[in-house]
Amino acid sequence: MKQIAILGAGPAGIEAASLLASLGHPVTLYEKESEPLGNITDKAFLFPNFADAQEVAVTMRAKLDNPNITLRCNTEVTQLLPSYIAGFQEENLTGTPVWKVNDELYDIVLLATGYTPFDAHRKEELGYGIYPGVHTSLEMEKMIREKRIINSVGDSPKRIVFLQCVGSRDEKSGNHYCSKLCCVTAVKQAIEAKKQLPYCEVYVFYMDLRMWGQGFEEMYRTAQQDYGVNFIRGRISEAGGTFDGRVQIKAEDTLLGRPMKMTSDLLVLMVGMEASKGTRELATQCRICGEYGFAQSKDPHLHDCQSDAPGLYVAGACKRPMTLSDSINDGRSAAYEILTSL
Amino acid sequence: MNRFGFQISTARSIDLDRADAKLRQRLLEAVPSYRYCIGCGGCTATCSAGAFTDFNIRKTHFLFSRGEVDKLSPTPMPDVDLNKCMLCGKCTLVCPRGVNTRGLIMQMRQLLVNKQS
Repeated sequence: MKQIAILGAGPAGIEAASLLASLGHPVTLYEKESEPLGNITDKAFLFPNFADAQEVAVTMRAKLDNPNITLRCNTEVTQLLPSYIAGFQEENLTGTPVWKVNDELYDIVLLATGYTPFDAHRKEELGYGIYPGVHTSLEMEKMIREKRIINSVGDSPKRIVFLQCVGSRDEKSGNHYCSKLCCVTAVKQAIEAKKQLPYCEVYVFYMDLRMWGQGFEEMYRTAQQDYGVNFIRGRISEAGGTFDGRVQIKAEDTLLGRPMKMTSDLLVLMVGMEASKGTRELATQCRICGEYGFAQSKDPHLHDCQSDAPGLYVAGACKRPMTLSDSINDGRSAAYEILTSL
Repeated sequence: MNRFGFQISTARSIDLDRADAKLRQRLLEAVPSYRYCIGCGGCTATCSAGAFTDFNIRKTHFLFSRGEVDKLSPTPMPDVDLNKCMLCGKCTLVCPRGVNTRGLIMQMRQLLVNKQS
């Protein structure tokens, strides 16, 4: 029986583990945090159907209740090396390489180490960490989840401004790519904010609104039609604080060709997705690190869950920004690729 | 436009804190489909008046929405003269979101007249 390790107990890792385990293959699932599914349990609702994120997480978590799955939480993998790089000789009988995960040996490894949100401090001009009214989309999600959207002095905000593409499509922060799900996340959060605070003015500043997925464009329309969310095409260039703890922003209304300014109680920065620390380090160690620190698959069309390293598979947002459903599907695909190789 | 002179220049920046939000609100009440506008410019591209003059529907309604009504007719020297529109309705035919753009122009005219009087 080949030994299988899955690194990362996010949606991709869990889906792959549960599929392999249900078909009788023992897997060891590594997770650096104390609980699996951290990025899902952080959320309040999921686009596009406003599913309760906690319920989805509970269902995903239940997939781990299988005797073939060994879940190792609080275990950060810092070493991932194949025998041909590490130089040790424990080749198995078929001549394929053996993988060293920390100090243990496996025949097959699935990298599912995921993403990390962009650190908004790096866009200093937007005032995150400087002005109390500036938040990231993660903090906004937390306020929505706790049904407690407040401004910097603890009152209900009268105006909320969302800014898209923070750390995405931005050469200055080194990320040329689109993080793909911030657009719809801002629409979702704008709708949630209006549900909780009907009299609050909500603005979304965007460069392009990329409503690519099923139901996304309809959500955008719903935000305009039923919730009166204002969409302004233009990127906020800078944010400053006011004496009463609000945020003053400057942007261009590019559809008018005129500069614009306004004060807002809250400025929410829609932070993009970057390769997580684990993704960067492990992909570099086993020489499959692609652009921007994401893991590189063998071929984006035909072999997207395989890597150039034999016995090493890749799934989920460690490859590129992915939604939850993308990641689940990708974990399933990776499990299928692993099964066919056994 | 005066390209040389000794006038005092006023700020070009739109200040949404000072904008009169009521005008946009009234416009939305009169033309509810206006809230679907995504600013694509289809109306402006097909506009008969826009083909021969500098009339620009997209710019006009955005100025109106941002409270920049001083720039619109019926002021003495408007940036955009709403009366250039001949109400042919081609803009309404091409709008991908089904906005009643022709109604929008008529309502903006009406609201500006009411504001003056």
